[in-house]
Amino acid sequence: MPSDSALRIVWIYPDLLSTYGDQGNVLVLERRARLRGIDTETVHVRSADPVPETGDLYLIGGGEDRPQILAAERLRRDGGLHRAIAGGAVLLAVCAGYQIMGSTFGGEEGQPVDGIGLLDISSSRGPARAVGELVAEVDAALNLPTLTGFENHMGVTHLGPGVKPLSKTLVGIGNGDGFEGCYTGHVVGTYLHGPALARNPALADLLLSWCAGDLAPLDDSRYEALRQERLAAVLPD
Amino acid sequence: MTQLPLRAQLASALGRSAATLSRMTGRGDGSVIGGRVGLLLEPDLLRKLARDRKLALISATNGKTTTTRLVTSALLELGEVATNAFGANMPAGHVSALSQHKGAPYGVLEVDEKYLPEVLDTTGAGVVCLMNLSRDQMDRAAEIWLLAQKWRRALSGKPTHVIANCDDPLVTWGASTAAKVTWVAGGQRWKEDSWCCPECGGPLDRKDADWACRECTFHRPEPQWAVDDDVAIDPNGERWLLDIQLPGAANRSNAVMALAVADAFGVPVERALPRLREVTSVAGRYTTVERDGRYARLLLSKNPAGWLEAFDVADPQLPIILAVNAQGPDGRDTSWLWDVDYRILRGRPVFVTGQRRLDLALRLDVADVPFMLCDTFNEALAMQPPGRVDVIANYTAFQQIRSEFGRAV
Ligand SMILES: [Zn+2]
Repeated sequence: MPSDSALRIVWIYPDLLSTYGDQGNVLVLERRARLRGIDTETVHVRSADPVPETGDLYLIGGGEDRPQILAAERLRRDGGLHRAIAGGAVLLAVCAGYQIMGSTFGGEEGQPVDGIGLLDISSSRGPARAVGELVAEVDAALNLPTLTGFENHMGVTHLGPGVKPLSKTLVGIGNGDGFEGCYTGHVVGTYLHGPALARNPALADLLLSWCAGDLAPLDDSRYEALRQERLAAVLPD
Repeated sequence: MTQLPLRAQLASALGRSAATLSRMTGRGDGSVIGGRVGLLLEPDLLRKLARDRKLALISATNGKTTTTRLVTSALLELGEVATNAFGANMPAGHVSALSQHKGAPYGVLEVDEKYLPEVLDTTGAGVVCLMNLSRDQMDRAAEIWLLAQKWRRALSGKPTHVIANCDDPLVTWGASTAAKVTWVAGGQRWKEDSWCCPECGGPLDRKDADWACRECTFHRPEPQWAVDDDVAIDPNGERWLLDIQLPGAANRSNAVMALAVADAFGVPVERALPRLREVTSVAGRYTTVERDGRYARLLLSKNPAGWLEAFDVADPQLPIILAVNAQGPDGRDTSWLWDVDYRILRGRPVFVTGQRRLDLALRLDVADVPFMLCDTFNEALAMQPPGRVDVIANYTAFQQIRSEFGRAV
């Protein structure tokens, strides 16, 4: 298949923000696209390089405080991601990458640091680290099964009127206000690792369908076995 | 030789009997519980036990236990050595190790990366050996950039002699505030945590082993020691065939680090190297256990960099059993499995077990690596044809397997 018909996945700054297995989101998207005969082409954009504007699906992951601040500075200066999203591209932003998308987030000492303003959210440093399994019911409009994953962050995220909560938490902290993550248009933010798309293949398919339209169903028994085990481990009987 | 005040002697003796009890009841190697009892009674015990001894602290994300063992073997050339041989690498373990060898003039202590500043302050160790830093058990471990920053602060203004791996940029940064550093080109297989300059955040340019920041002056220091395949190169440029029994490139690197540490203690390569060659397994790592004609070689790997090292050791001709847990010491977040490239296992018979086998199963499925899912290690072992098999397990999975075979060492 010629490369102009392939699904273009852009992984933003793996050199700064990929310390929590977030590469898994890329791998799951590639795999689920290919199993449906959709060719993929993945670009790993290092932080010294410009973010291409012609991608279909952008991913950004989690990381330490200092790399998070560096990533925000560079994304703002670069502008490529802003132009891609304005052009209708899909984005999944995870943890530190999620916080960056807002107006501000908490730095190394809790000081407010400017985000890149792609989402109407603002984050600050919370009182304690939120670490552990998270379970949440996804906003009904998205028609997705229960969200499961692992959170590990110190952020509290406040959602503005320009976004909707992605889900309502049953177990775990998430944004810190009873909700986990947010979305607007084709941009999704979440605190979830696990990685998020390995634990929630339906969310992976939602992102893919935003790029490629209707998708044939897959045999998801491996995903389902893991999901059931994780949900059973933390949900009360 | 260490004359302890009475209260410290009592604390140390009570700690030893708790350790004996722990071993007798089969609950562990006894090294942590003994130290904990001791520390409760005498918080300053570690300082007192360390006094008047020549100490080396060994720290890294991977290879701490093995390198501690290698350095200990080399220093036995000089006399009795106190060491925490079983990987109890926090202050309680150090107290336990030092109080079990009261008269030992030398000590080699494996130190958890996070505890290094505290243990260095407390013990005033003269030598510190730093090998590598990479992502590890993210749900509880300190973040590594921050960790290297703390090493810098701890080493600054002390007379400590540091032996550090200059092929790892983050280790180099962490070590470079020390008054005296011996740089060892120990190699770096896992590079995913060092694409950015620790000093300024700029991109690191790499050419072969060399690296330098594109935006500031931070660069790889000139090494005094180096590892070149199975050869150690000493500061005089002399080449020594390592020929150690521990397998893999990571252990050849550990061995050269150990030779440099031994040299700092005045043990020359010609005396240290034969001692390193005597080491065949380390607290169960690399040991082979047998059941019903199945010979399983046990490899421990706790994080993505460790898996890369284990894949380097594993025999591509053999079947392989993978066991993954996510208990406290392993980290409860299994996301790291997605940082490991499992595609190297394609074409081998692969067996998956451990408490988090479903996480690993999905991971392998997405990597297009066929495998068999087994409820237990014993089931996986019984499925093997008679002969050899490699086993890679993370921390608690490894300890469970070791226990099955009478805490194999
Ligand atoms: Zn720099």
